[in-house]
Amino acid sequence: MNWLSDKAIARLRSASAEPDFAGTRYRLIERIASGGMGSVYLAEDATLGRSVAIKILDVPDSSGELAARLQREAHILASLEHPGIVPVHDAGTLADGRVFYAMKFVEGERLDRFSERESTLPGRLRIFQRICDTVAFAHTRGVLHRDLKPENIMTGPFGEVLVMDWGIAKILRANRIATPAEMPREQPRDDSGTLAAVLSLAPLETAHGAVLGTPGYMAPEQARGDVERLDERADIYSLGAILQFLIAARAHGTQTTPRVLTAIARKAMDADPAGRYASASELGQDIARYVDGLPVLAYPENVLQKVGRWGARYRLAIVLVLTYLVLRALLIFWFRR
Amino acid sequence: MKEDTRIGGPSGKFPATRWSAVVAARSEDPRDRSRALDAILAAYWKPIYKYLRIRWNKSDEDAKDATQEFLAQLIEKEYLSDFDPAKARLRTFLRVCVDHFVANQTKAASRLKRGGDVLHVTLDFEGAEAEFARARSPLTAAASAESFDQYLEKEFVRNLFTLAVTDLRTSCEARDKLRHFRLFERYDLDDSDASRPSYAELAQEFGIAVTDVTNHLAFARREFRRIALEKLREMTYSEEEFRREARSLLGVEPL
Repeated sequence: MNWLSDKAIARLRSASAEPDFAGTRYRLIERIASGGMGSVYLAEDATLGRSVAIKILDVPDSSGELAARLQREAHILASLEHPGIVPVHDAGTLADGRVFYAMKFVEGERLDRFSERESTLPGRLRIFQRICDTVAFAHTRGVLHRDLKPENIMTGPFGEVLVMDWGIAKILRANRIATPAEMPREQPRDDSGTLAAVLSLAPLETAHGAVLGTPGYMAPEQARGDVERLDERADIYSLGAILQFLIAARAHGTQTTPRVLTAIARKAMDADPAGRYASASELGQDIARYVDGLPVLAYPENVLQKVGRWGARYRLAIVLVLTYLVLRALLIFWFRR
Repeated sequence: MKEDTRIGGPSGKFPATRWSAVVAARSEDPRDRSRALDAILAAYWKPIYKYLRIRWNKSDEDAKDATQEFLAQLIEKEYLSDFDPAKARLRTFLRVCVDHFVANQTKAASRLKRGGDVLHVTLDFEGAEAEFARARSPLTAAASAESFDQYLEKEFVRNLFTLAVTDLRTSCEARDKLRHFRLFERYDLDDSDASRPSYAELAQEFGIAVTDVTNHLAFARREFRRIALEKLREMTYSEEEFRREARSLLGVEPL
């Protein structure tokens, strides 16, 4: 071999850029996604014989800030044990120096793609309630996601709904994040103090004025870079935008969007955080009330609307009662004749 | 878990070599300087030959003579002492030097076949000419300086990778891992018209398990990457330049 063609050079470049799993239990299979901070690879865990997804930092990071962010994301995920959050199995540094963490490999679809197929409103609202549950859980643990959007939600083939990509999460209360004793068994314990250092730095990770998030899904205060004032209500704004996406995607069909749902989305996306739902649970509960035909917080009703909703909720019972009354009247009329 | 897969654990181990030929080429020590020049010439003589062929429209014989003459002058006149890494990359500096050299070259001087007494690097001009003919660039002599910089860069990478592959083969042979190299050659370097073999097909062809194919290829690629980065480091002046070059030329972020 004396000469390398352009094709061979391209292959060598690609091979050179692959992560080096030497000395780990993982065997690279393929790259499955690339983002702003890193790539996600499908790999085989040779010890346990299962597929895992491995997120690796592979962008320039001379300051080490991105590596710290990825490590922090792994710690946050490890601390949030919930069916709606992908579990982390392992984390560390590869032989080539790149920081990584291994997580469950989720076979599914992103919500933005899944919603193109899921045409029923109840189906979409069920998914949305699951997202609210997961976000509410994270908030109780003192973690803001800060980048909620359909692209960061995965839906699995068995009804799983997973909130992904916690890379720019903000920790509101550092003491709520897992202590070493709370870490899952697979999580490497760092006795050298690295974990403690990460946790102590965590709430201060984003400088005032820095804007992290996705336009269209970002709360106004987040878009202004008002980092100190961010709280759970920033995520609630994003949830409102996701709800709006879900109902708008459905509205591309022939059906019109229920006004109540539009009102719920508007309340969640109020420009003033004080006007939004106080918690993700409250938002989820309003959706549940809508599904059950109950009045919702976001939509004050007049008498006619109340009657209409009541009628819709008890439609079957009303039909049965009315049928019974009509039959009864007919029978009375028949026998009196 | 092993220490090196821990968060906060020891990080990258490559490349171990921190030697820079660009720095050493200006050393006071003649042995250091000679070694550095050999490394630079090994990396650049072929791109320079091809550049002379395409930019200055020289015949293969004239390009061969001009390359030898230029390299001899590079050493004797210590061109590299004028190189300022803050102003330009070594590639661009060498291109400008070549352009000046050609512009000042008298017809009589161009006929001088020099270099044999000062050059320690083997210059396989026949091979270089065959490569030039095989991958003829669409560039013409009238192309912009930027285009020629890109051409030189591309040929520099080709030469760097070729040298790295040669070293990889030597290293594999020395470590009784020739099969690793053969697999690498078959999977990553072979660009024949036939479709790229799958790992399973390679396993059958080489009579080994698929997991061995994965492991052998991973080893060879890791070694290739290490060697290529070492060579690239030799051709850069500073750590910052090395990182920048690794990212832009190899698509690699050395950590």
